[in-house]
Amino acid sequence: MSAPLGQRGLLTGWGRTAPTAAEVVHAVDEDIVDAAMEAAGASRSERGRGIVARGLGRSYGDAAQNAGGTVLDATWLDAFHKVDLDSGVVTVGAGVSLQTLMERLVPLGWFVPVTPGTRLVTVGGAIAADIHGKNHHIDGAFCSHVLEMTLVTPTGKVTLSPASDPDLFWATAGGMGLTGVITDATIQMIAVETSYMLVDTERAPDLDSVMEKMLGGDDAYRYSVAWIDCQSTGRRLGRSVLTRGDHARLEDLPERLRRSPDRARAFVPRTLARVPLTPPNGLLNPLTVAAFNEFWFRKAPLHQVAKPHHMTGFFHPLDGVGEWNRLYGSNGFLQYQFVVPDEHGETVRRVIERLTEVKLASFLAVLKRFGPDDPGPLSFPMPGWTLALDLPVGHHDLDLLLDALDQKVMEAGGRVYLAKDSRVAPAAFRTMYPRVDEWLAVRNRVDPLGVLRSDLGRRLGLCSDRLPPAPGRRTRRARSTTAAPEKAAPVRGAGASPVARGTAATRTPRTDTPPERTGT
Amino acid sequence: MIDAIGRPQSVLVLGGASEIAQAIVAKLVPARCRTVVLAGRESARLAEAAEAARAAGADVVETVAFDTTDVDHHLAFVDQVFDRFGDFDVVIAAAGILGTQGILERDPVATASLLAANFTGLAAALVAVAGRLRQQGHGRLVVLSSVAGIRARKANFVYGSSKAGLDAFAQGLGDSLEGTGVGVTIVRPGFVVGRMTEGMAPAPFSTTPDAVADAVVKSIESGAGVVYVPSVLRWVFALMRLLPQVVWRRMPG
Repeated sequence: MSAPLGQRGLLTGWGRTAPTAAEVVHAVDEDIVDAAMEAAGASRSERGRGIVARGLGRSYGDAAQNAGGTVLDATWLDAFHKVDLDSGVVTVGAGVSLQTLMERLVPLGWFVPVTPGTRLVTVGGAIAADIHGKNHHIDGAFCSHVLEMTLVTPTGKVTLSPASDPDLFWATAGGMGLTGVITDATIQMIAVETSYMLVDTERAPDLDSVMEKMLGGDDAYRYSVAWIDCQSTGRRLGRSVLTRGDHARLEDLPERLRRSPDRARAFVPRTLARVPLTPPNGLLNPLTVAAFNEFWFRKAPLHQVAKPHHMTGFFHPLDGVGEWNRLYGSNGFLQYQFVVPDEHGETVRRVIERLTEVKLASFLAVLKRFGPDDPGPLSFPMPGWTLALDLPVGHHDLDLLLDALDQKVMEAGGRVYLAKDSRVAPAAFRTMYPRVDEWLAVRNRVDPLGVLRSDLGRRLGLCSDRLPPAPGRRTRRARSTTAAPEKAAPVRGAGASPVARGTAATRTPRTDTPPERTGT
Repeated sequence: MIDAIGRPQSVLVLGGASEIAQAIVAKLVPARCRTVVLAGRESARLAEAAEAARAAGADVVETVAFDTTDVDHHLAFVDQVFDRFGDFDVVIAAAGILGTQGILERDPVATASLLAANFTGLAAALVAVAGRLRQQGHGRLVVLSSVAGIRARKANFVYGSSKAGLDAFAQGLGDSLEGTGVGVTIVRPGFVVGRMTEGMAPAPFSTTPDAVADAVVKSIESGAGVVYVPSVLRWVFALMRLLPQVVWRRMPG
């Protein structure tokens, strides 16, 4: 099979930082996926640079980029293969967005089991990041609702369920696309009567009170999240607006909607506005952000109970503004999202305090309590507190600030979310995800040559930037060096094999098929 | 990979013994640059530079033999280095010599060899480097130019013209790499007080290797195309360019 033609183009994540160029191949059908995978694996002699799938590009950092290699645009895989309206089990192409799922199925009484703060993500991306939503404390993460998926790996196509190959299934859940290209998935949807939510909203004057309310009351709600003002200080540090709710039944709705069940189940998302151009850097500065946060806090009701809100406003307020990521200017921005175990809730306070000290413009932050984690070794959620902060790039000490926050998070036994990450250090990543070697072992099983690669993988040392030489084949590299050092981060036991320390210059042993190690 | 905040994880230095390059490496390594490859003629200084990078905490530090003027082997050299160490996030073109104007003016061979070292040979190497960077689809090429190249002065016009050539080459190269994921930064320092200028009286607006390194690290973060060190030189030299030749000719040595 010849390699499918790609178009060279620059890609970034949602944060619009660190652009790199790749061949973008449109996965117009599943045969293209197979062909592209095969071509990526066969291009060893031409310094092949691997392949990774990309959905709607909502990962903030470099997860769906593959510099110099192939990026498979999987949004083409948008077919509905099978829909069972009695059980709510649907099989769809991995490129189907959660928005499409909602548009088609909410009017028929089925809602996605988990949705993040944007519905503009694909099913494939939702699995690769094992996304979570406001209902994590009750329903867990996305992959807990995936019954089956088809995964194209360099060693073949597999149909995966948690029972058929639990190791590969859970390595793919949160595996950031580095175990294969997901082409379709079967999902258990949840039954809803209407497209409305019954929402309780309350303001909390400070961080302690909001955390107390969440600890005490979250279990009574299916969905819960708090928006925190990270600009206010002193007694008002961490003042928040807490919104919690559940799906509304028809009988909960006002008369006019009850009389028209079609309207009560309508799901027609609209983009209210679009950011037409990229404004100068610094539009979102401490002053404008503080003003916005103030407005947000004051517009929220003090305490409001069982108010019907449409799903779109409750789950995805920002989706009403197209390309809002442009507001951060050409420098772009990043999201710092971490989780710490329940007993380290204090870390949340220390992080917010640190942010107010450095006067960094932080847009509304999102605080949420996670429930039990799922078995994925790279899956982000763990029982505890998660805080997500949007931060503009360009502040001169952002690097040191975030490294210091990493330290606090690690001390608490927590971690950062890879779907949001664009800057964590490889060594910190390994501490945060102690089961990474277990994950690498599964990856090496299905991708022994390291064909699946991304910029995130290179940055974190999950995949190397070259394919190892083919067995029995002399490559340029093999000729040119006698003791070529692999690039290696100072990791605790890299890959599946132990790392011996050699001389200062050549610290890693060379093997013919090295386990995945740090790239650039 | 260069992360969202502009921190590279690997660097290749052409002219690895350069004092400025050493100052840059000293700043990149603590900010998580793990791989440092120093290319240059074998010398005690090159070895010292490697030792310094190791002491700073880089994991992989290697020196590789490289002669700017050996253009026949540039392609093979660059391929070999990239094949051996993998991607480079940053490549610094720091090779260069100052020469002694008095000798250069009278010696065509010395002039030719300075131009080869600073301009033609280095530009040829950058062609090879740019090829690999374009392939890998990411990276930043930092080219150490000089304000001496903006308007050649009688006191050092051989050196100045070599930098003028390199600078123009780098500008064009940067434009040709638009959209490839690879960026080029041209660094134009003024008089740098250091080994290269030992015994010379500093010119106005002089700077240090450390200050140049700071500016370079910042430019990797911001993706700036041209950097003056100190930054005021941008305006000083905008004016210098406008001076009538009769005045410029009288500029002191």
